[in-house]
Amino acid sequence: MLYALLCYNHEDTVFSWTKEEDDAVMARLNVVHDKLAQQGKLGPAIRLLPTTAATTLHKNEEPPLVIDGPYAETKEQLLGFYVIDVSGLDEALQFARDLAKANPGGAYEIRPVGLFLPGGLAK
Amino acid sequence: MSDVAWIDAALTSARPQALGALLRYFRDLDTAEEAFQNACLRALKSWPQNGPPRDAPAWLIMVGRNVAIDELRRRGKQTPLPADEAISDLGDAEDALAERLDGSHYRDDILRLLFICCHPELPATQQIALALRIVSGLSVKQIARAFLVGEAAMEQRITRAKARVAEAGVPFETPGAVERSERLGAVAAMIYLIFNEGYSAGADTAEIRSTLCEEAIRLARLLLRLFQSEAEIMGLTALLLLQHARSAARFGADGSLVLLDDQDRSLWNQKQIAEGLALIDKAMRHRASGPYQIQAAIAALHARAEKPEDTDWVQIDLLYGALEIMQPSPVVTLNRAVAVSKVRGPAAALEMIEPLGTRLQNYFHFFGVKGAFLMQLNRNDEARVAFDRAIALANTSAEAAHIRMHLDRLMRDSKPRAGAG
Repeated sequence: MLYALLCYNHEDTVFSWTKEEDDAVMARLNVVHDKLAQQGKLGPAIRLLPTTAATTLHKNEEPPLVIDGPYAETKEQLLGFYVIDVSGLDEALQFARDLAKANPGGAYEIRPVGLFLPGGLAK
Repeated sequence: MSDVAWIDAALTSARPQALGALLRYFRDLDTAEEAFQNACLRALKSWPQNGPPRDAPAWLIMVGRNVAIDELRRRGKQTPLPADEAISDLGDAEDALAERLDGSHYRDDILRLLFICCHPELPATQQIALALRIVSGLSVKQIARAFLVGEAAMEQRITRAKARVAEAGVPFETPGAVERSERLGAVAAMIYLIFNEGYSAGADTAEIRSTLCEEAIRLARLLLRLFQSEAEIMGLTALLLLQHARSAARFGADGSLVLLDDQDRSLWNQKQIAEGLALIDKAMRHRASGPYQIQAAIAALHARAEKPEDTDWVQIDLLYGALEIMQPSPVVTLNRAVAVSKVRGPAAALEMIEPLGTRLQNYFHFFGVKGAFLMQLNRNDEARVAFDRAIALANTSAEAAHIRMHLDRLMRDSKPRAGAG
């Protein structure tokens, strides 16, 4: 069974860690990562940039509305996510608009990725 | 993170919102600060036992308010008190208060707290000191160290600045749109000042540099979270991140200044660069250009170049040209001249900065740049004169050492020629 683990914490605390504090946390996490990776059980892992870098496409209206900042509503729930490799926000928004046409309602929060660990699941 | 470290971080990040609300409530900075301080003391006692509250700022506002009101009552002051229901037991009150704090007030609270620090009558250094003390909560000792002055002198400076702010009267009414945007501009400028104070510190003061720069970034992010669609605040945050990303490469092991072209780019902080680039990308969508965005775009072009020779100097020249129109200043022209020297050569660049001589006659960088152009044109005697002047005007020992390195090179270069002649 595949599971996604979604990481929550206070971003102003995490983003004010010094490089040393950050490195220490990553070192501790990597020990845990390695254990799972050796068993071929670790898929991609991601550290997102802060919500200040986010843009949200609200697709419950036509045309969808683009708003700066994270998705702040609590009425809807997180149901899935994509990881895309594009030239920038414009291309990411275009992809999101295409998705919105195929599946209206709700929103896409577009958040740049700060760290991407590809991982490797056993076949 | 240990308990204490977590609490410390939570108190720091709750500070602007909690203190801002307490200031609105008591309309007096000293009372608000004292109330916040007391709330923090209680948090240090209560949080390790009871766990962190769900909403730390709301908890601190509530507790701070209650303690201060008790205190005022004890002193028997004739201060108008809030309704009794607001001073009830903590447990019940927290939820109710948290709901009332749903963002309608706290945005203006935090902006006000930042804004009172940038009173136009306060000199820049006092604005920075006040902001670091009040908004960031740095100790007087830390701030004194950052400004290389004694603790007592800094204490006095901050007290005087506070008195001045109090005299001027804190604007408590909710600001209108125009006023809000003026406040935002003043606060952005102050955050940039804090950053520059740190950025221009020498290698011997590395700790100060990172404290001030990181604090400025934290405040810029805070401001952006409050004003999510302000392209210039995105630009400011991006600019600070992109400049700070280079900090590990800006000084050599011996403390000497390393110029952009000579920096080890593998030392640049890629996470900060990624965040800065993402923010510029976001800002561009608004098509509302401004000085911070342009400067950030210039910093981004440097950040994107893997090797110095990959730098898009043509684009940088154009961006400085736009900045010159938007915010004419001899310093901007001087920076543009560096780009021009790469695109059109040192003669064109030198011609560009000649008229700035009178206005920048006491500016270290003017003579450093002028000397470098003259050196590239093999006008070594004139270059030496410019470098001598630069050394006399250097702000830090690293700046002086850097120019001395140029002078040494001039000496070496001129020796064989002298021998041949």
